[in-house]
Amino acid sequence: MNTYAENLFDENDKISLGHLFVEGQVDTRHGPILYMEDVSVSFDGFKALNKLSLYIDAGELRCLIGPNGAGKTTLMDVITGKTRPDTGSVFFGQTIDLLQMDEPAIAQAGICRKFQKPSVFDALTVFENLELALKADKRTWPTLFFRLTGEQRDRINHILETVGLSALQQARAGILSHGQKQWLEIGMLLMQEPKVMLVDEPIAGMTHQEIERTAELLVSLQGQQSIVVVEHDMEFVRSIARKVTVLHEGSVLTEGTMDEVQNDPRVIQVYLGG
Amino acid sequence: MNSLPLIRHFKWLAVLMLVCSLAAHGGQDTAVAHPWLDALDGLKQGSMPEREQAIIKLGDIKDSRNLGILQALLDGKLFIAKADARLLIATDNHQGFDARDALSGETLGAMGHDAITKINLTNKMRGTLRKIIGQLELTADDPAVRLAAVKAMAKAADEKDLALLRARAEQEQDGDVRQAINVALLLRDMDSDDKAVRVMAIEALKAYNSQDVANRLNAMVEKDENGEFLEADADIRNLAKASLININARLQWYSAIETVFFGLSLGAVLVLAAIGLAITFGVMGVINMAHGELMMLGAYTTYVMQQLMPNYLGVSLLLSIPAAFVISALVGIAIERGIIRFLYGRPLETLLATFGVSLILQQSVRSIFSPLNRSVATPEWMSGSWQINDFLSLTWNRFYILVFCLLVFVMLLQILKRTKLGLEVRAVAQNRKMARAMGIPTDKVDAMTFGLGSGIAGVAGVALSQITNVGPNLGQAYIVDSFMVVVFGGVGNLLGTLVAGFSLGIANKFLEPFAGAVLAKILVLVFIILFIQKRPRGLFPQKGRAADS
Amino acid sequence: MKLIALGQDKTCTAVLMALAAVTFIIPFCNLVFPADSPLHFSAYTVSVLGKYLTFALLGLSLDLVWGYCGILALGHGAFFALGGYAMGMYLMRQIGTRGVYGDPLLPDFMVFLNWKELPWYWHGFDHFGFALLMVVLAPGALAFVFGWLAFRSRVTGVYLSIMTQALTYALLLAFFRNEMGFGGNNGLTDFKDLLGFNIQSEAVRAVLLMLSGMALIAAFLLCRWLVNTKLGRVVTAIRDQESRVRFLGYRVEMFKLWIFVFAAMLAGIAGALYVPQVGIINPSEFSPLNSLEIVIWVAMGGRGTLYGAIIGAVLVNYGKTVLTGLLPEIWLFTLGAVFIVVTVLLPDGIVGLMRRRLQGQQA
Repeated sequence: MNTYAENLFDENDKISLGHLFVEGQVDTRHGPILYMEDVSVSFDGFKALNKLSLYIDAGELRCLIGPNGAGKTTLMDVITGKTRPDTGSVFFGQTIDLLQMDEPAIAQAGICRKFQKPSVFDALTVFENLELALKADKRTWPTLFFRLTGEQRDRINHILETVGLSALQQARAGILSHGQKQWLEIGMLLMQEPKVMLVDEPIAGMTHQEIERTAELLVSLQGQQSIVVVEHDMEFVRSIARKVTVLHEGSVLTEGTMDEVQNDPRVIQVYLGG
Repeated sequence: MNSLPLIRHFKWLAVLMLVCSLAAHGGQDTAVAHPWLDALDGLKQGSMPEREQAIIKLGDIKDSRNLGILQALLDGKLFIAKADARLLIATDNHQGFDARDALSGETLGAMGHDAITKINLTNKMRGTLRKIIGQLELTADDPAVRLAAVKAMAKAADEKDLALLRARAEQEQDGDVRQAINVALLLRDMDSDDKAVRVMAIEALKAYNSQDVANRLNAMVEKDENGEFLEADADIRNLAKASLININARLQWYSAIETVFFGLSLGAVLVLAAIGLAITFGVMGVINMAHGELMMLGAYTTYVMQQLMPNYLGVSLLLSIPAAFVISALVGIAIERGIIRFLYGRPLETLLATFGVSLILQQSVRSIFSPLNRSVATPEWMSGSWQINDFLSLTWNRFYILVFCLLVFVMLLQILKRTKLGLEVRAVAQNRKMARAMGIPTDKVDAMTFGLGSGIAGVAGVALSQITNVGPNLGQAYIVDSFMVVVFGGVGNLLGTLVAGFSLGIANKFLEPFAGAVLAKILVLVFIILFIQKRPRGLFPQKGRAADS
Repeated sequence: MKLIALGQDKTCTAVLMALAAVTFIIPFCNLVFPADSPLHFSAYTVSVLGKYLTFALLGLSLDLVWGYCGILALGHGAFFALGGYAMGMYLMRQIGTRGVYGDPLLPDFMVFLNWKELPWYWHGFDHFGFALLMVVLAPGALAFVFGWLAFRSRVTGVYLSIMTQALTYALLLAFFRNEMGFGGNNGLTDFKDLLGFNIQSEAVRAVLLMLSGMALIAAFLLCRWLVNTKLGRVVTAIRDQESRVRFLGYRVEMFKLWIFVFAAMLAGIAGALYVPQVGIINPSEFSPLNSLEIVIWVAMGGRGTLYGAIIGAVLVNYGKTVLTGLLPEIWLFTLGAVFIVVTVLLPDGIVGLMRRRLQGQQA
């Protein structure tokens, strides 16, 4: 894992990422890659997250399920720096305190996110979308004088193939179908070579075949990357998940395999009996 | 100082009343031979010094008609009829004179220039007259007349005046008048040769809020050109200094109160200008750059109403409020239906389009009413000021605007809280799609909301017309300020708008003495810009998920 | 898609050709042909065109900020005015003893205000090079400070627009003050010469037109290159989905700041070219209305196209010249109507309209 992490980071990533850690190193020697402990977030008295604790291991594929309002999206907001929790701690590896960092810093550290609503840049071409996501020096001046190397171009082409958009690479992203946008956004995640991927409802609007391919892709990525998937489609979750976490009213209700979870009377209570 | 016209006005009222009472009693006194009548006869003939003696004699005799006659004499309105040597009070009506008998008050109708002779006065006589009138006024029924009399008398009091003042002080019921008399007497004591009297006077004076006292004490501690103290006695000087410190502390306190009042009244204007905006911007998310011009329309409505009924200033002002509301609201609804509704969800475009509207409205007004400022008259009850003491007076127009602002604010809150429209407005503001799904006609609600916000802008314009010039640029001056108020207070929060408006007004007025008006304004603007950096959602932010979008 | 791109390039080339013609042919004809020749262009035409070109440069700079980065800056005129003031200060210092009061050091208005010495910020403006530096640095610094504060705290949308308006409004008030030392109400005027050449002479006017045209062409090409770099694409992405860009690891505020400062510097250059051609700079250049007019040039031409801003600036200002000449009252009505029509009916401006036509023909 460490060697992989070293590969991902180059000299250019020295941008203010907190201060407690060896630069560019995610320390996972002592266990999980992502810690959330006692995290609470409230909006006007409504507790979106309530003392939630969650641990994601390196290379793990984890599914998060839960009824609407359980706090799934808020949880992703907290990890990626969009929402600051009222209390609690969030660490990336042993040493990187995510609460000290803003969104770009967290993204550069290697936590990337796909949004519930596909958000790609409509005015840019598919190729350009991927190029923007490409792992590179993302400061202003280097960006101004940026030129694609052959290697990077190959990588983009590779990802284009992976997500099946090679033929559309010069098309503006705005004209893509909903499913294609989902794929493009997954492609953009891959371009960033993240250590943790947060994937919010990846298969909404996809055809059956596309869903299968998405499942294949996510399963093939585990081991290299930690992946957290939020999804409502139970069948899809069953097809990819080893470990499932059920959220309810802002806290973890239970964790386990899909079978364990589905037979848990509390889960049945919140999903069916509620 | 603004109070003077008001007091003078009361004085006239008193004169009028006296004249009326003259008319009522006239019959009884004229028949009896009387030293008073002799004295009056003395006014008609003899040398100037003799006539002056007659005036003094008249002052010594108690008669309720004296004040009216003497005032007329001072004003050059006392005449002798050539025909029967009767004393007349006559006013020039450009063609001739409207005369009435000075003694009986009987109306004699119009008289020609050559039928009457004016009783002329020397300056010396005028001085004497003023003094006597003052003495007479000292016992007038109206406290305001008495107060003015005391103040006039204190300026150049002789022993006789002082005796009068002392006597009056004992029976005076009105606190203000008594205080004025006391101050006048104590100031006089300061000139005494007896040091003990002076010390007591200084000690006593420090309790009074009087500009005269402050001036006098200040003069005592100053030096003349030769570097000599104006007051030779060092003990007295030190006492004066101590008293001054006392008085100045109070002066500062009052001036702080006054600044707060000015700030509140400026704040009231800002709040009036901003709450309409808070509705259209805060509740609907629409930036209306023509908001200032809707205020301008309200101000022009006031102007037009006044042209329609020039003799009823107060009524026309009160009628202007609903009229301005309706006109601005209609224009606002037209803007919403004609332009803004095509631009929902595109706030920047809305901003530009409404700016276009503002240019057109400005130019229309310029074409219709001329580019020059129009002046709107202020009704009697709104002019002048409320003189609390020498150090503190609050102008009525600003006071009324403050009250008016609070009224409008409370009414608006009630509309939003209690009416069906208010409920619908809040529902649409929170979740447009959901509101529509619930059967709320969002189109209609949008138009009504916009009309409401615009109407309030019109009402604000009515208030503005009372404190500033009404011109085509009236609105422009307020648009940036009102946005600042809304943003500072927190968008979508009416209470925030109120607090923000008042605090910015007060801050502005406190900065002005140090920085000057322009710099104060710049400082406030810079402060808001920095504040928004720290708290982008203003003083009272909306929280929750909805606020993120 | 390709067809549109082709059409775009054609228009773009046409605009460039027209610019080159104005830049080189008109001054040439003005200077070479005698006044009665049909090929002669009058001094008036030269000075008006020169003014338009500086406005076009100003519009171009705003298009970068608004059209590409999505920041509707309502205070862009402030940068133009600052550049203008920097140039004006140099021109003031060049007057020397030829002022009304003949003071070798102090400009007339300072003598009038009984000032004894030159304020510290007026030093150095007797050097042309220093003044040129200030033409870009002063607006750049203001844009940097304002942008740093605003973008870091993520003030966006209409809030940002109103704050930029407040900025220029505050500067307007400040520059009206005599104590600021920029000539107060009257501003800076009565310029005599530029680098030793008489500023009133036709030759200097012609050269200034040429310089304005060259600056515009250079800026246009630079901007076109800029928007086609990766930075340009990041900026476009910020316009459309700001938060998404952040989650890709870009520091959005830095990119916005970069573009904002760059555009402010271009606007400063435009102001510096404008002032010697009109012979005056005063606080009214800071007025919010001026900044809004710039926005409408860009909106009318078509934002996010660069050349649209140039077309819009020239067209609107030509309309202004004609209408204020004919019927001054009508100008504000027209301008107001343009604001409304463009935003409601022509969201992509004239360029968008032409493109749609072109598409229609192709189809």
